[in-house]
Amino acid sequence: MNFSVVVSQFWPLLINGLALGFIYVLISLGYTMVYGVLRLINFANSEIFMVGTFATVIVSRNFFGFNQNTDPLHGFKLVYTLGACLLASMLVSGVTAVLVEIVAYRRLRAKGTNRLASLISAIGVSIILQEGVRILTHSVPMSNPRLLRKAYIFNIGSVGLRVDTLLVIFFAAILFFLVDRFVSKTLLGKAIRAVSMSEETSKLMGVNLNRVISATFLIGGMMTGAAAFLYETVYENTKYNVGFSIGLAAFTAAVLGGIGNLRGAFLGGLSLGLLEEFAAAILGTQWKSVTVFLVLVLVLLFKPNGLFGEAVQQTRV
Amino acid sequence: MINIRDRGAELWENWNRPKRTTFVILLLAVIVLLPFAGDYSFSSFLNTPISSYQAVLVYPVGIFVLMSLGLNIVVGKSGLLDLGYVAFFAIGAYTAAILGTKTHLNIWEIMPIGMGLAMLSGVLLGLPTLRLRGDYLAIVTLGFGEIVRIVAVNNRATGGPNGIANVPNPPSIFGVRFALDNMQGFFWIILVMILLVIWMVRRLSIRRPGRAWEAIRQDEDVAMLMGVATLKYKIWSFSIGAAIGGAAGVIFASKSMYVAPDMFTFNISVLILSCVVFGGMGNIWGVVLGGTILAYLPERIRFISNARQLVFGLALVIIMNVRPDGLLPRKKREKLHKTVQPLAVEGEQNV
Repeated sequence: MNFSVVVSQFWPLLINGLALGFIYVLISLGYTMVYGVLRLINFANSEIFMVGTFATVIVSRNFFGFNQNTDPLHGFKLVYTLGACLLASMLVSGVTAVLVEIVAYRRLRAKGTNRLASLISAIGVSIILQEGVRILTHSVPMSNPRLLRKAYIFNIGSVGLRVDTLLVIFFAAILFFLVDRFVSKTLLGKAIRAVSMSEETSKLMGVNLNRVISATFLIGGMMTGAAAFLYETVYENTKYNVGFSIGLAAFTAAVLGGIGNLRGAFLGGLSLGLLEEFAAAILGTQWKSVTVFLVLVLVLLFKPNGLFGEAVQQTRV
Repeated sequence: MINIRDRGAELWENWNRPKRTTFVILLLAVIVLLPFAGDYSFSSFLNTPISSYQAVLVYPVGIFVLMSLGLNIVVGKSGLLDLGYVAFFAIGAYTAAILGTKTHLNIWEIMPIGMGLAMLSGVLLGLPTLRLRGDYLAIVTLGFGEIVRIVAVNNRATGGPNGIANVPNPPSIFGVRFALDNMQGFFWIILVMILLVIWMVRRLSIRRPGRAWEAIRQDEDVAMLMGVATLKYKIWSFSIGAAIGGAAGVIFASKSMYVAPDMFTFNISVLILSCVVFGGMGNIWGVVLGGTILAYLPERIRFISNARQLVFGLALVIIMNVRPDGLLPRKKREKLHKTVQPLAVEGEQNV
């Protein structure tokens, strides 16, 4: 127990917690949107994240030819390179997510089987992805070259704000805003919402179910891919099993906010990021996940639908 | 697709008593002699290439089947999704390790304590969380599994990340020795435990708890309205499952003589759940078959060592797509109709 650290380190903890939280927000979109539409935990989402991190690293290392000794980039070249990495990561993750849907869910959905069968087949796909990457990379971790000079750009009081943390917060907030607008304003977004309210009725109203579900996986996968890119800019390292703990945390965030609920995922992700950061500082890093789960159990005890499960019903995906 | 389950049940129902008894005795004899199968040329195809065949029969095969049967009560019978079943396994194993090294109790005396502690933790976890539905329960149990592992890593009493070594082997019973070089003893004792669990589950299934679980699985709200004490029976199902997991843990610890947090990862929970769903949720024989196949397969195909988990994942996806209800699915309604219809006709005539 070390409470003094909260006082002395309050601002850095807050900023780091927010950055981590925004990464969780984007990944938990992959869980919460799929859950909203299919009422299924997308177990392969952590592997979709893992694939995204590898896409980022491979594009910057092999495609652009950067390595650990490369000097940080500047100006247009920096924007262009980071943009390419982000796009590649989003694209690869999105396509993987759609493939996961086709391989693991589509046939089973057509047969109208029980939910656990889909869960196990998703677990199977997740094992295939993880093991495939493990064999391809020979279980060796890969590090992402530092393209962005991690300088402190300005200070709040005595605390410096680092440019990569700001980038994460900025990008994730924009992406979340876009997805939220997309789901509430566009026709496809309306179809997604309709399917999540009632699959049967929306089918009767002429919604192409398979297309909507694929689109949901695509958007969820792309957001997870963006999170993978942001994760790589901050933590600069990846391994074949990187998805497990992060995916678990993001799923917890989705449940915390009320699963199937977009804005719930936003608040759940942010609270989880802050909670982890502060719990790690107060109790020590090893008790981080224990605290998170205890808080989750307590929240579910008093609000069984998650923190915002009922309150923001209208924004349900 | 032929329905293996119904075909088998039909065959069984048309047999008379002597036929059934001979079949059961023969089957049991084959299973009891399994540890020696690797020694003879006609059955040597069963041998596992890298790990010792007899050890594979105990862990993973025997332990997985036992745990699948325990999880089947929770997931298959009462429809509660438990993603942290490994927690109870770990609690049993650590109880055996701590009591076995610190006290003079032998493993058979520790067994009820391990089962009791696992059961207690099942009740403590169940009381607040079993009010939750479906996927919320899944994430809370998942978290519980991780918490148990993290506590084991960060605690001096559990030996931290190094675990506890020198867990004693059980003392021999009826002249059967239990030691590292005598694995068939462990196989036989696990077989006895499996048979006991099967017997217990079959008895429970046709009595009040089993019917309550079935009602809860089909529709919890309706079950509650019909007067089923849903929370009580859910906690029963949870804690019986936990006790079986604890028993498996005690045997596992004394078999491997060593426990470490790495042995109790989330993967084990997922594997056991896969065994249950793969074999056929709710059907004991399906679960036994699923546990046997999924535990044995990765060991058998170790010669492709690097890709064996990949093949395992592939097998999961393919089988679930081809047979979504598992290899031997639970009994469907047909049998019920067969027995109910004559009664209904009789009733009509009376009117």
